[in-house]
Amino acid sequence: MILLLFIIIPLLGGLFAWLFGRRSDPAARWISLVSLLIEQALVVLLWFRNPAAGIGPGAWFADLHSSWIPQLGISFHLAMDGLSLLMVSLTAFLGIMSVAISWTEIRERVGFFHLNLLFILAGINGVFLSMDLFLFYFFWELMLVPMYFLISIWGHENRTYAAIKFFIFTQLSGLLMLLSILGIYFVHARNTGVYTFDYFRLIGTSMTPAVSFWLMMGFFIAFAVKLPAVPFHTWLPDAHTEAPTAGSVVLAGLLLKTGAYGLIRFLVPLFPAAARSLAPAAMILGVIGILYGAVLAFGQRDLKRLVAYTSVSHMGFVLLGIFAWNDLALQGTVLQMICHGISTGALFMLVGALQERIHTRDMDVMGGMWESIPRMGAVVLFFALASLGLPGLGNFVAEFLVLLGSYKVSVIMTSFAVTGLVFATVYSLWIVQRAFHGEKRREWTISDLSLREMAVMFFMIVSLVWLGLYPRPVIDTARPAITGLMQSATSMEAPAAMANGSGNNGGTASQAVMNSGIRELME
Amino acid sequence: MLELLWLIPCLPFAGFLVLALAGKRLEGRAVALVGVGSVALSAILSVMVAVDFMSAPPPGHFYTQTLWQWLDVAGLSPGITFYLDALSLVMMLVVTVVGFLIHLYSSEFMEEDEGYSRFFAYMNLFVGSMLVLLLAQNLLLFYLGWEGVGLCSYLLIGFWYKDPKNGYAARKAFVVTRVGDAAMAVGLFLLYNNLGTLQIQELMEKAHQSWSPGSLLPVAAAALILGGAVGKSAQLPLQTWLPDAMAGPTPVSALIHAATMVTAGVYIIARTHILFELAPPVLAAVAVIGALTLLLSGFSAITQKDIKRVLAYSTISQIGYMFLALGVGAWSAAIFHFMTHAFFKALLFLGAGVIIHGLHHEHDMFKMGGLRRQLPVTFWTFLIASASLSAIPLVTAGFFSKDQILWLAWSSGRGSKWLWAAGIVGALLTSLYTFRMVFITFFGEAHSEVSKKPGTRMLIPLVVLAFLSVTGGYIELPAIMGNVTIFSGFMHTALPPVKPLSGEHMEWILEIIAVVVSLGGVFFAWLFFLWMPGLSARLARTSPGMLLHRFWFSGWAFDWLYDVLLVRPFIWLARINKDDFIDLIYTGIAWYNQAMNSILSLTQNGKVRFYAMGIALGAIITIAIAVLR
Amino acid sequence: MISIPMEYGLTLAGILFAFGLAGVLMRRNVIFILMSIEIMLNAAGLAFVVAGSKWHQADGQIMFIFILTMAAAEVSVGLALVLRFYHRFKTLDADEASRMRG
Repeated sequence: MILLLFIIIPLLGGLFAWLFGRRSDPAARWISLVSLLIEQALVVLLWFRNPAAGIGPGAWFADLHSSWIPQLGISFHLAMDGLSLLMVSLTAFLGIMSVAISWTEIRERVGFFHLNLLFILAGINGVFLSMDLFLFYFFWELMLVPMYFLISIWGHENRTYAAIKFFIFTQLSGLLMLLSILGIYFVHARNTGVYTFDYFRLIGTSMTPAVSFWLMMGFFIAFAVKLPAVPFHTWLPDAHTEAPTAGSVVLAGLLLKTGAYGLIRFLVPLFPAAARSLAPAAMILGVIGILYGAVLAFGQRDLKRLVAYTSVSHMGFVLLGIFAWNDLALQGTVLQMICHGISTGALFMLVGALQERIHTRDMDVMGGMWESIPRMGAVVLFFALASLGLPGLGNFVAEFLVLLGSYKVSVIMTSFAVTGLVFATVYSLWIVQRAFHGEKRREWTISDLSLREMAVMFFMIVSLVWLGLYPRPVIDTARPAITGLMQSATSMEAPAAMANGSGNNGGTASQAVMNSGIRELME
Repeated sequence: MLELLWLIPCLPFAGFLVLALAGKRLEGRAVALVGVGSVALSAILSVMVAVDFMSAPPPGHFYTQTLWQWLDVAGLSPGITFYLDALSLVMMLVVTVVGFLIHLYSSEFMEEDEGYSRFFAYMNLFVGSMLVLLLAQNLLLFYLGWEGVGLCSYLLIGFWYKDPKNGYAARKAFVVTRVGDAAMAVGLFLLYNNLGTLQIQELMEKAHQSWSPGSLLPVAAAALILGGAVGKSAQLPLQTWLPDAMAGPTPVSALIHAATMVTAGVYIIARTHILFELAPPVLAAVAVIGALTLLLSGFSAITQKDIKRVLAYSTISQIGYMFLALGVGAWSAAIFHFMTHAFFKALLFLGAGVIIHGLHHEHDMFKMGGLRRQLPVTFWTFLIASASLSAIPLVTAGFFSKDQILWLAWSSGRGSKWLWAAGIVGALLTSLYTFRMVFITFFGEAHSEVSKKPGTRMLIPLVVLAFLSVTGGYIELPAIMGNVTIFSGFMHTALPPVKPLSGEHMEWILEIIAVVVSLGGVFFAWLFFLWMPGLSARLARTSPGMLLHRFWFSGWAFDWLYDVLLVRPFIWLARINKDDFIDLIYTGIAWYNQAMNSILSLTQNGKVRFYAMGIALGAIITIAIAVLR
Repeated sequence: MISIPMEYGLTLAGILFAFGLAGVLMRRNVIFILMSIEIMLNAAGLAFVVAGSKWHQADGQIMFIFILTMAAAEVSVGLALVLRFYHRFKTLDADEASRMRG
């Protein structure tokens, strides 16, 4: 039952914020803040509870299963394991931060803004918790519409273009995923006679390699657009740049993570053999993303666009880690999702705060601002260092684990990915140099970060340092979930490989080697 | 006493935290108290730990202390764990003691700077990171310290951020060293994947057991670690950042870019010496890199005008000696030279700092001159340090440490005549450029007036370091002159000794050559720059002289080469692809749709007769199809 | 009774229809367009009548009466529109009324 709260609380909070927001703006803000704080408290409460529900491999914290449209085999099935818990926690955390950071930035239609923001968060929570593919798709689409409004109403100059671009990209790719969901639904029904969208029942559906490959591609494109992986990334810089600060934070911090989450939770376990055959290509895309995103980031003049492109680079590590598919890389991926959410979210907040003060994002007019706003400079420096992967901060641990894991799979790709660290240094330091160091181009008379902004930054800095120096709680939480996912992917691989017949012998042998390697690691 | 080991790196970190959070609100004295005090405390603690360690050595001559478990993923379980043995102890002592002296010096040097608290925050962060680097028990923690010092180097080079040139130098330092770090990271992946741990001692043991000397894996691993080391220690081919790093405040150059951080590469090679011994080609490469670097930068140092750039090239050159020593397997000789170098090079920088401070940030040596009367203490200490750097025999520490390297470069099993020859030519260059600097700055006519005399907080470090630069060498004397082996005896609990293959005869001969060469260098410097200054100018005006001068002055045109090969193509790529050519595909689709829209919307013109014609034509065509079929 | 061959009647209807169509397509004046439509309707009516007389059935004439009533309704509505049209655009040119930018 508690799981339902994760969706209902933001929905209700959003509605009330809207209703009361007609009379007073602060009411809307406070209602949103309080409802998200309650949500965060619930996550922490669950975290300390022992994983109890046994519904699949891995340790599950909670499970909620009730039928919705039984005629079509659609059920309202929510469940939470370590991975979902971490993601929901990140959602609540960044949600709180987004509300806090929009406190003075949003002055028009405050109630409606918070309605949209909280509905997005509800949709994201739904995505992280759904264990029914239809329900998953439902939430997947649910988060798009309010996001569209968020960009197109409260965005910057070119907001309509960006909002439509964002919507078309995600909507089209979502439709491909819907096709694939229906495909696996019918394949499963043909095999067993049972029509169901339930995740746990669909795992292990046996398919011919070709069917499995094409169904997987539907999922892959949807998730790759969301992630985003090169060459599907071009919606991201526009959407991130034009969105209001809270929108950018939610986009970069959470929406991108739904893509990564989908890859881990659905794509590989549902189509393990096909995913394995795609892995080299996907990893190459990841590496290309790392390098290409970095080069693009360096070329930008618009500070927010620069930060947006760094996301492309960082999510390349996620793609690389997921398709390396071993404990080290997956743990790194989960950490990278969290740390990137925090560090890039913080950078967007800072850019937003800067834009609120100087009304531009053009780095050519900035420069030498350290003198007038040293606190902000120091905080930007901190998050720039986080994004270049400075050891001691969470991003380093994440990237290190991803690379360590991918090294097992491919030395060459890892070596290329490592050069991404050098590029990350170049663009991260470039941010600090262009905005805060160097000569003053104008006499800046602007206020430094306020107490509220400092409080937000404080929480984000502390969490990154914590993740960098003592990430064990997170790793321990994610471990059973990751082990479970790897089990469900490998346990069905053997029969699937057999069903594929003799044409796949080479693959089976190499998979067997991989599996034994993974087992050794776990022991 | 050993249990307090964790406090040694933690105190500077605490100082950093206090200064970073409350620095703005503290007044200058309080900032200095926190900044200098934290390092002073950790220096005192290190001395106490050292005394304890030496008087009652722990079993196995090492001590480990785990603070907490950092990670635990699939068998990768590095801890925040410190490891103290003879090697890290010596390094720790030098870092904290020299670090403290430089902090004391900076408390006066930086007094009028508006970023006083920021400066000490960065400096403390540096000392903390450096200590983590030295004390790390596993390579992951080591990497944390390694990147941490790189960060502080970046922050402090660009300390005066208002000048874009300083920012450029800072970024260059960070990015160039990060190229090496990336190689080192791959090295860590390789080691972990093949040996299953990142704990240094365990790694070495396993490498020793499972890898045969000269096989591919140890060679690759050692080469990748060497990549990191040449970046950090500014050796060929990644040496280009160090001369530019002189943009930072002078105490920073003394601490980071002379005494401590730049020798981290030497430390990691010594630390993983077992791995390097399994990779003879890489070890040979270390020696060759050292020899080449010390020669190239020696030549460059002769031509510089900026006093700090002379010292920077000199640092590169001296680290080249350390690499040479490592490459021939003379591990403890490298560390010995590290120690003496830390003393005299820090002193040289601090002395240069007094001059620069006194002359309104003047760096050009040719605008100084005749300073020996105006700054007597500085002059004498600077002279002592220069003598030590030039290895003036018997009375200086530099003589004993450099001499040991030269002797072992000749006589160790891995040594050769050529390496020795490079070292001896380097020695000539060293004393030549050192005394060129001394003569130009302190002798001759005075070109400018000293406006600020150093106070006690700046002079005490000079005197202490001068004392150390003279006496630091007496803990290790060559076999033919008393055979004192306190230092190497202690080091051999952590690093294997090296056996010279040649006899005492040879040692005498080489010793005498070395003495002659270093004194010869001083003589030539006197000849060219004091007695007949016109001679050097005339030499430089001939056309090959000019060419060579320009070539050496620019540091063998490495900057130009990298600019053309790497920097410009990257910027070009970033600029032409600013708008992301992949987006063209999608804008292309959008454009196609819009074009189709505009074509088709021509038919929607609102003219009734046009529509009627459409209907009629459609009807005719339909009927025609129906009839004719 | 002299029986006229059906072909003659149908041909006449076709010619009338073509005239009407040509009028609709070529005239710009709305009133002429309406008149041309009338011609086309009557051409269709003629074809019904001819066909009815050929098969000796009353359906053709019934259809013609339908067409007549419809044409009357159409003309009244059409003329009302023409009035409004003229009132609004001060012209009877149909093309002038297009507000679409195709």
